[in-house]
Amino acid sequence: MPPSLSAPARPAAGAPLLQATVDGAVALRLGPYSLRTTRRRLIVGAALVVAIAALAALALGVGTIALSPERIWQALLGEGTPRDGRVVWGIRVPRIGAALAVGAALGLSGALFQNLTGNPLGSPDVIGFVTGAASGAIVAIVIFSASAVGVALAAVGSGLVTAAVVVLLAGLWGRRGDGGGYRLVLVGIGVGAFLAALNDLLLTRVSGEISIAAQTWLVGSLNSRDGDILAVSLVLIAACLPALAFLSGRMGALQLGDDAASQAGVPVTATRLAMTAVGVLLVGAATAVTGPISFVALAAPQLAWRLAGRGRPALVITALFAAVLLLGADVISQLLPSALHLPVGLVTGLLGGIYLLVLLSKGNRK
Amino acid sequence: MSTQHPVNAPAPARRGVPASAAGPHTAGRGGSAALPGGGAARSRAARRRVLWAIGLVVAVIVAAIGSVFVGAQALAPADVVDALLGRGGEAALFVHELRVPRALLGVVVGLALGAAGALMQALTRNPLAEPGLLGVNAGAAAAVVTGLAFGGALGLRATGIAGSYVTMALAFVGAAAASALVLLVGGATSKGTDPVRLTLAGAALTVVLGAYTNAMTLNQPQLFEDFVHWSVGSLQGRGYESLWPVASVVLPALVVACLSGRWLNALALGPEMGRALGADPRRLAVAGGALVVALAGAATAGAGPIAFVGLAAPLVVRGLVGPDYRWVVPLSACVAAVVVLVADVIGRVVMPPSEVETAVVAALLGAPVFIAVVRRRRMARL
Repeated sequence: MPPSLSAPARPAAGAPLLQATVDGAVALRLGPYSLRTTRRRLIVGAALVVAIAALAALALGVGTIALSPERIWQALLGEGTPRDGRVVWGIRVPRIGAALAVGAALGLSGALFQNLTGNPLGSPDVIGFVTGAASGAIVAIVIFSASAVGVALAAVGSGLVTAAVVVLLAGLWGRRGDGGGYRLVLVGIGVGAFLAALNDLLLTRVSGEISIAAQTWLVGSLNSRDGDILAVSLVLIAACLPALAFLSGRMGALQLGDDAASQAGVPVTATRLAMTAVGVLLVGAATAVTGPISFVALAAPQLAWRLAGRGRPALVITALFAAVLLLGADVISQLLPSALHLPVGLVTGLLGGIYLLVLLSKGNRK
Repeated sequence: MSTQHPVNAPAPARRGVPASAAGPHTAGRGGSAALPGGGAARSRAARRRVLWAIGLVVAVIVAAIGSVFVGAQALAPADVVDALLGRGGEAALFVHELRVPRALLGVVVGLALGAAGALMQALTRNPLAEPGLLGVNAGAAAAVVTGLAFGGALGLRATGIAGSYVTMALAFVGAAAASALVLLVGGATSKGTDPVRLTLAGAALTVVLGAYTNAMTLNQPQLFEDFVHWSVGSLQGRGYESLWPVASVVLPALVVACLSGRWLNALALGPEMGRALGADPRRLAVAGGALVVALAGAATAGAGPIAFVGLAAPLVVRGLVGPDYRWVVPLSACVAAVVVLVADVIGRVVMPPSEVETAVVAALLGAPVFIAVVRRRRMARL
């Protein structure tokens, strides 16, 4: 089924909220706004929301301080002891929120870049953007002792610089099918390795004093979130959402190729630039909170695409799926026996690296 | 000339191989020898190779001596000289117990990494092949950490020289397993490999094994203490008990690798041509793979997983002396030894009093080389 580029005709007043259209697609309508989707995507989306709720409930009960479900429930309603309230509202809820927001941001950014490069491996964690965002945050923290806003902006800014450097060094941006995507991936891997070493070097200065924070900035963790940075990042991520809603239709057109897209009236270059800017903003905001978390951006769009079926890029499903991945990885990393503590970045690194190896070995059989 | 002795590629005309068969691989400086009336050019090229060889050996010696003189702990040069000449003095302990074994280990590890890189590039016919980037070193490190963790849990602890040999045996197992896996996933065939896929498989494997090694060391306080620098890749804190066992493997393997240049040259002409010249690609792959495992495994046992050195060194050498593997293998080893020593010295002086791991500096120096290769080469097979 080719994605339809033309918007469905505006419904008559009083149209039902959920409306089936001729080609089996489904339209969600709310006043003048409508979201055209498929039944399959609605079901998958609902399942993912349920999964998020279940994981969040699980995550509320996990932590170094044991709390019974009743006490958690009371604390959530504000009826528990002040100590329980601090644990639940001060530590666990923000941690869950951070996992969901960072996961969704990484997944969306991965979807944008994979669409741009036309290559599943052209995702920001493989091509060094995540590491580059971490470099900016490290410089801001270690050298300038910056505020929360400063750290978040430094992460976004250095992510943008990294993206510009990688794109310029690769000499191509998203020309499909000519190997340009792969050159971009390899250049990105090289830039990422350089920046990872640079981060290591910068952290050598401080590793004696604040080694736990240093560890966070090398492998990514939800342990040492900073509440202010989280707030700034949430604002940044939320600001990207309208832009994404606007871009998602154009991304569908770009999937058909540059010529078809410009014939459909989509400004190709401007759309690419906007996608890059939004993608880097999402990566920077996410990385400022947790440090460099790898493979969520790589795996989530691919798996979500398989769940959602063909058609327009399934951004909502990607975001939900990525949130499930990161929250799940965090629950795993907390549920591991206390003798075996792994930051969530190592869990995603292990799982995602294995996923990438499987992806590559499947490619061999073709 | 009998068929058992494969021909060396850069002089195909003299050995009766049709010049056209040499293909693009002998183009460039080495290929000039095949031109008619190339006698003068050939002797000029040969003289240049000898000069580069002498220069690089001198460079290794200079870098090693420099590495004894420079360090995080400032020692007066005169004291170092006194200590080296056995006249005692305040610096004697530092120099004899720390700096000299460290410099020698740097030489041995560098030689091994350079030769392993050149061998891998020849065997996979892939300009981006290198034990560090393809996850072989990471595999060796993961196996070492696993073996030591389980050994520690069972109450087995080997120390000193014996411990180093145990470490190295574990490293060989890990390096062999990782090599097999990366070639399998990377889709290697007898016709060579796709550089992109092999590099991606190596990068994925490196991340997975690195995360595993990181997790193991984080959760074993004893291992963390012993291996916190090693697991990143560093020459720090490894004395003679590490040096001698590593050298006892690397040096013989290095000799064999240097002598294998003519077979590698035959292989560079492609599997069919190589077979016609008496170089059985399968047998060569097994023998070469064993050499790579020995070199990369021993280097990793000695200094942890260090990447990019084995990539950059053969590249530089090919630019200097052309594609003849009889020269590329030994000279790559020399260049890599210089790079490891220089990286180690930079790591010691750049942020005193802390040390930056050798592998970190090597990545800072080597990653730009990697990017340059990706940019310049039309990802042709070697």
